[in-house]
Amino acid sequence: MASETEHAAGIEDGVRRRDFINIAAVSFAGVGAATVVLPLVNQMNPSADVLALSTTQIDISAIQPGQAIKTSWRKQPVFVRNLVAKEIAEAKAVPLGDLRDPETIDQRTKPGKENWLITLGVCTHLGCVPLGAAEGENRGDFGGYFCPCHGSHYDTAARIRKGPAPKNLVVPPYNFDSDTVVTIG
Amino acid sequence: MSFPWAKQYQPQHPLMQWLDEKLPMPRLVYNAIGAGYPVPRNLNYFWNFGVLAGAALAIQIITGIVLAMHYAANAGVAFNSVEHIMRDVNAGWFIRYAHMNGASMFFIVVYLHIFRGLFYGSYKAPREMVWLLGVVIFLLMMATAFMGYVLPWGQMSFWGAQVITGFFSAIPLVGEPVREWLLGGFVPDNATLNRFFSLHYLLPFVIAGVIILHIWALHIPGSSNPTGIEVKDEQDTVPFHPYYTAKDGFGLGIFLLIFAALTFFSPNMLGHADNYIPANSLSTPAHIVPEWYFLPFYAILKAFTFNFLWIDAKLWGVIAMFASIAVLFFLPWLDSSPVKSSTYRPIYRWFFWVLVIDVFILGFCGMQPAEQPYVIMSQIGAIYYFAHFLVILPIVSRIERPLPMPNSITEAVLAKHADTPSAATA
Repeated sequence: MASETEHAAGIEDGVRRRDFINIAAVSFAGVGAATVVLPLVNQMNPSADVLALSTTQIDISAIQPGQAIKTSWRKQPVFVRNLVAKEIAEAKAVPLGDLRDPETIDQRTKPGKENWLITLGVCTHLGCVPLGAAEGENRGDFGGYFCPCHGSHYDTAARIRKGPAPKNLVVPPYNFDSDTVVTIG
Repeated sequence: MSFPWAKQYQPQHPLMQWLDEKLPMPRLVYNAIGAGYPVPRNLNYFWNFGVLAGAALAIQIITGIVLAMHYAANAGVAFNSVEHIMRDVNAGWFIRYAHMNGASMFFIVVYLHIFRGLFYGSYKAPREMVWLLGVVIFLLMMATAFMGYVLPWGQMSFWGAQVITGFFSAIPLVGEPVREWLLGGFVPDNATLNRFFSLHYLLPFVIAGVIILHIWALHIPGSSNPTGIEVKDEQDTVPFHPYYTAKDGFGLGIFLLIFAALTFFSPNMLGHADNYIPANSLSTPAHIVPEWYFLPFYAILKAFTFNFLWIDAKLWGVIAMFASIAVLFFLPWLDSSPVKSSTYRPIYRWFFWVLVIDVFILGFCGMQPAEQPYVIMSQIGAIYYFAHFLVILPIVSRIERPLPMPNSITEAVLAKHADTPSAATA
């Protein structure tokens, strides 16, 4: 008699049919809720029109040795600097072991174009635009760039030398279309 | 819960009786901030600041809703729409200046409210939950204030957004994608401005919700008081209304006078002139600083200029800055002294004031450029800040011998008002 009631309630191995239905229903609702959260989170990522601003072409013919210009790529500032021989020599003279983010100037420029230093003008600390691209701006203790926000100093290869920034200024992907035209992105 | 001697709500008018049966809203108010809430009889003016913070939030919500009727959250026109509010909208200048300075007033009263809690040990059992919810409110306020500051889309707005979202890029591996997700781009732009506006409108109502929890949690044990002795019987308390509605009303008058003086005579004193220059993503202002209420935390962020252990300087700065607030969550358990009020804590009392000075020094350093001697000052200040909570407080609360305490609030009050000092010790 007792076993018949148990059978009627669906209890055979200690689990009631009702328990299974409860767990299955709540799990399914959970999966559904998680699926709906996905687009709600993803909508905050950069949208298609923002991603579309992916390449910028610049003419570098007017930049004299020692000068630099500011341009923008994906709305971020980009520094294009025509290094003089002394600055290249200074950058080469630094032992890699002294660097926080060790990279040689050759790794940061294109072969045969090592006077063209092209980096993002975005401090790797918290994203300010470092000074040093325009004439007369503070270039910091190492003659490259200086970020006024929190005092990061970059050298003539735009490598971090002093201050809170963890990395060198980022070298964006770029190519020389000709000797005077560069495409970034 | 309330004390057994709390007055009961007894509506006289038939309409109020009818309402009480259907929706006992007046009863809720009566028991929360009316005669139905018994409060220690000895609260001093430092107990005004909770009500003042509530008033400040109400002012921010009202002025903010009005501003949103004229403001346009689009990177192309946001700056001009703020200028339109200032120049063209009827009384727009007043509403915007009130909102701008209202934020500062909100932080002033909240900081006083927090330091009141630190001095009088309001965070201790049985009110830990009140404190924890308070820290949550403080965090929400900081987020709201930051996003609000971005909305005028001036130089400081833009670069503030750049720097503060930059904090997230310090997180290893996922940092940069998280930052792009927050910004909706690679730099702050239209997507960023839009979402910040949406959240800046939402968060004050979230704050209002957490304030309700904060008051709910407070009303379970009831308010603390300057002696830190818990209420023992009816003679220790007075009804909130009319005693503290009057006292808070007086404080509110003073608060509004200062607020009005700031708004009408020196509305830009606490702001930065750079924010009246439209946002320019290619040029960082020469001297970028946050609003005054973030300065101590900003100094802690800037204090880390060197890599330490295997973590780089940037991540250390961000960790330290968040930890400086997170440590407050642990305060009720870091301070193990059973004595609440500093009045009876001869050693802690001094360290409390040293902490206050330390926070002011950090605030001063936060304003300065990242160079010596300010870097070393912020480093020492930051070390002391953490030492206060993590080293000094646990040690002091164990070794300190508290001063003799009165048996009850009433005894303390009567001793204070006795004519001769000898009566106090009797």
